[in-house]
Amino acid sequence: MGLSLSRIYGSLSSLAFWGKDKEVRILMVGLDSAGKTTILYRLQIGEVVSTIPTIGFNVETVSYKNINFQVWDLGGQSSIRPYWRCYYANTQAIIYVIDSSDVSRLPTSRSELLTMLSEDELKSVPVLVFANKQDVEGSLSPGEISDKLGLAGQEKGREWSVRGSCATKGEGLEEGLDWLVNTIQK
Amino acid sequence: MSFKKDEEAGGMSFYHDKSTILQEARCFNESPISPRKCRALLTRIVYLLYVGETFSTQEATTLFFGVTKLFQHKDAALRQMVYLVIKELSTIAEDVIMVTSSIMKDMQPNLEVVYRPNAIRALARIIDSQSVQSVERFFKSALVDKSSSISSASLVSSYHLFPLSPSIIKRWSNEAQEAVNAKSVSSFSSNASAYLSGGQSGGYQAVASSSYIMQYHALGLLYLIREKDRMAITKMVQQLGSGSKGSGIIKNPMAMCMLIRFARKVMDEDPNVRKQMHEYLETLLRHKSEMVNIEAARAICEMRDVQPGDLYRTVAVLQLFMNSPKPVIKFAAVKTLNKLAQILPQSVATVNVELENLITDSNRSIATYAITTLLKTGNEASVDRLMKQISSFMADITDEFKIIVVDAIRSLCLKFPAKQAIMLSFLSGVLRDEGGYDFKHAVVEAIFDMIKFIKDCRETALAHLCEFIEDCEFTKLSVRILHLLGIEGPKTRNPTKFIRYIYNRVVLENAVVRAAAVSSLAKFGVCIDDKTVMKSVNVLLRRCLDDVDDEVRDRAAMYIKVLEEKSLADVFVREEATFSLAQLEEQLVSYVKDDTKHSAAFDVSSIPRVSKEAAAAEIAHNRPSALDIAGPSSSRAAEPTPQASSSAEGQASSYAAQLAAVPELESYGPVLRSSSKPVELTESETEYVVSAVKHIYKEHIVFQFNVSNTIPDTVLEQVAVIMTPSPDSGLTEDFIVPIDSLNAASSGSGAIYVSFTRDDPSTYAAGTFGCTLKFVSKEIDPNSGEPEEEGYDDEYQVEELDLGAGDYITPTYVTFSSEWDKLSNSANLTETFALSSSESLKDACKSLIEVLNMLPLGGTETPSSNSVHTLNLSGLVIPTNNSEKSTKVLARCRMTYSPGNGVTLELSVRAENEQGAKLVMAAI
Repeated sequence: MGLSLSRIYGSLSSLAFWGKDKEVRILMVGLDSAGKTTILYRLQIGEVVSTIPTIGFNVETVSYKNINFQVWDLGGQSSIRPYWRCYYANTQAIIYVIDSSDVSRLPTSRSELLTMLSEDELKSVPVLVFANKQDVEGSLSPGEISDKLGLAGQEKGREWSVRGSCATKGEGLEEGLDWLVNTIQK
Repeated sequence: MSFKKDEEAGGMSFYHDKSTILQEARCFNESPISPRKCRALLTRIVYLLYVGETFSTQEATTLFFGVTKLFQHKDAALRQMVYLVIKELSTIAEDVIMVTSSIMKDMQPNLEVVYRPNAIRALARIIDSQSVQSVERFFKSALVDKSSSISSASLVSSYHLFPLSPSIIKRWSNEAQEAVNAKSVSSFSSNASAYLSGGQSGGYQAVASSSYIMQYHALGLLYLIREKDRMAITKMVQQLGSGSKGSGIIKNPMAMCMLIRFARKVMDEDPNVRKQMHEYLETLLRHKSEMVNIEAARAICEMRDVQPGDLYRTVAVLQLFMNSPKPVIKFAAVKTLNKLAQILPQSVATVNVELENLITDSNRSIATYAITTLLKTGNEASVDRLMKQISSFMADITDEFKIIVVDAIRSLCLKFPAKQAIMLSFLSGVLRDEGGYDFKHAVVEAIFDMIKFIKDCRETALAHLCEFIEDCEFTKLSVRILHLLGIEGPKTRNPTKFIRYIYNRVVLENAVVRAAAVSSLAKFGVCIDDKTVMKSVNVLLRRCLDDVDDEVRDRAAMYIKVLEEKSLADVFVREEATFSLAQLEEQLVSYVKDDTKHSAAFDVSSIPRVSKEAAAAEIAHNRPSALDIAGPSSSRAAEPTPQASSSAEGQASSYAAQLAAVPELESYGPVLRSSSKPVELTESETEYVVSAVKHIYKEHIVFQFNVSNTIPDTVLEQVAVIMTPSPDSGLTEDFIVPIDSLNAASSGSGAIYVSFTRDDPSTYAAGTFGCTLKFVSKEIDPNSGEPEEEGYDDEYQVEELDLGAGDYITPTYVTFSSEWDKLSNSANLTETFALSSSESLKDACKSLIEVLNMLPLGGTETPSSNSVHTLNLSGLVIPTNNSEKSTKVLARCRMTYSPGNGVTLELSVRAENEQGAKLVMAAI
């Protein structure tokens, strides 16, 4: 009872705060085959869809807790990464997706993330890192990923969080979004 | 708010310039975006592009990325506009593949949105050849979609994608076929689909279409896929059209027209189906669509070798259309008849009444075609009336149509020479009118033709031309007219009156015209047998010696000399022969390039000469003249087969360029002679087509084999020709220059060179060579397009090749009787032969000319009598050793014919040296 009440309160306040048609613009990036498109449609329609490598981007509106998120899922292939910056403007939050089982490319992933965060347009925009594919055997835990990224010392003046997820099972996604909602509304 | 201001500006906003729009494009980056405002801005971008504004790559790319952000909004009208802009920007902007994913999402088969066709069309513009395969699944289902707009969009897109990756598109022919057959039922259910729909999709209902337009698009695609396969095209036309079962499938009139065009092509290529196709076209004359009727009528009129008997119904249908209230139908009908009248005027004559009614049509284009058609079909009696009517509306029509009219009149005066006076006055009338160069040129050409063919009008016509050059703004025309005056003027009864006109040009015109006038004047001086005229011309020419222009002074000086020395006049003014210009040019170029030759003067005597008549005939041949239009149309019949271009001389010059590119032949020195026409060693329709050209050098003979491979899926490698000479040929083989690889797809043809050394360069080697084509054949892998590793050796027998006297002789023009007498003291041989193989004198003449490759003189190639004839031939024999020049050789062939014994030939040869005479004698 208490829980549902607080939810109602939460949605009321968010309504009041964001306005009805105001959308939160979120950028979802990461290396190729990290699971971005899968996460996007898991969030939007609650299903796992079969995907092909994204050439370009997908943009969808995701409703969560009465807040509309406009999620830009940008392709992660190296040929497409240079164009990420075309979509930085007006971004209110970043979701960075990492394939936790792909240890060898973790340094690449890290440098792409840090390059992006150094952009002026994304100054002090909160970052949610999904350590995706937690169900795969041999994958690193969110803690380990967090250590390897080394955001702790560097990112001052920016809210960030590294969370484990599994898009195919839907685990960890809502928790991540909850964190984002809270952070943005602060 | 800026948004409101925009609305107030209304239509005026379209006049904004590029920089304003580029600035306002920042609204694409806003969050949230306003679909309405963005759509208006997109419209303005498209407007700017359509009126020809150019965007730099940088600007277009920035705009493009702005536009991609609009995919966030589901508004259908906005999305359609986005696709329009993407299509337009796709050619200018960079990195357009960034919208691939978004487009592919919009063309999901189960997605029912109004912009799916737009997405398909946009995809075709941005995709690259590697990605075509990944969208194959989408395309295959879209091609057969029940909605005609989706089906059409994908068909047209496939058509555009074809050049990008033909092998993949070829796999879609079943789907395209299905689209042709599809029953047009299209309706959208408007429920939003589950998987990719956003909040606002749906609600749009596509308009159900019954136009069957996708049949038109599908036929276009099918044709593209099957273009190379004649049988498949024939089958397609039979199935969809002429077959009893298939007719009725095609409902779209444009698709019908397309089918008619295919049918016409099939008919032209395959005579066996001609009758069937013709019957099919006849049935279409009764089709309910006028467009189809016209197209069918046109196809029938343009059939090859169309006979008057084929045309009754067609002409009747066109006759009906001439009374149509729609101008476009009238125009199409009369234009078709106009074309037909060029080949079969008598078939069109039946509609003369309708044509006369159209002369007064308010549409001048229709009237022009009507009148020019009448000019071709009309009889002599109606000419006067027609000419009057034409004069009344000449002022109303454009130059383009005036040229059509003038051409028609030009052929008409040749047809009815009795009417020349009225036509000439018409032509001179229009010559005074305003008009551009092309029009004036057509009129002048027409008058030239009249002068040439109708002797009665010569003086009047020349007078008109004189008047014209008094005030002619076109230098080119003035020069031509002055030249003609020089030739024709002296032949008239009162030549002196032209001299004044010509000298006026010397006083008043620019240098080019002045020079032409000087030459023209000189011709009067030389050609008129009157001392006073000569004297006054001399005076006029002397005045020209002070001219400021070099050319004018030089010409004047030369002609003064010519006037004073009678013998020079024969050479420079009255000479009937002229050099073969192509050869002269080529020889001069090689002389200028080769420093070692500069010690001696250029040798003009080695250039073959042609009579002026032959040169004129050649020029006339290259120019499709009105004479063809008057007579049976030869130009049209020749159209489908690539014309054997240019003259023999031109070809020889181009061989020289080819040979110069072969390094092995560099040391051989200049080519003394190349055989003029390639000898065909195979039928023209075999797998491998081979023809041969013979090149004679001082000490060598090089055979050039032009080989083409017509089999599409194989590559020939190491292609060579093995030649086996007859034993006593006197030639020794040096080497073969093979073709590395021969592919039907890329170029398809190449040249092999086989070189022989002449054992004794002082004799003319002759013989017969057996030829075998030898190569390694490799199949092409249809997937990769690369030839397979392994090939197999193969041989292909081609016909034998002869080397004979004709290969050492170049035909040349001389004045036979005087030259014959001159050579009476040099090498002189006479022998008698029985030509049993010739069945007539004409036959014998033809084969003699062919074997000896000499020029027949004075029209002696066509015997006037059946029993006795003399053929006079002349030629230049290439030199036998370094120091000598080409030598003249003349042959007099006296022949008798009697039915029992065949042709008896007494051949007399006179030549500047012994070998030349023997060469000709030995050839028989």
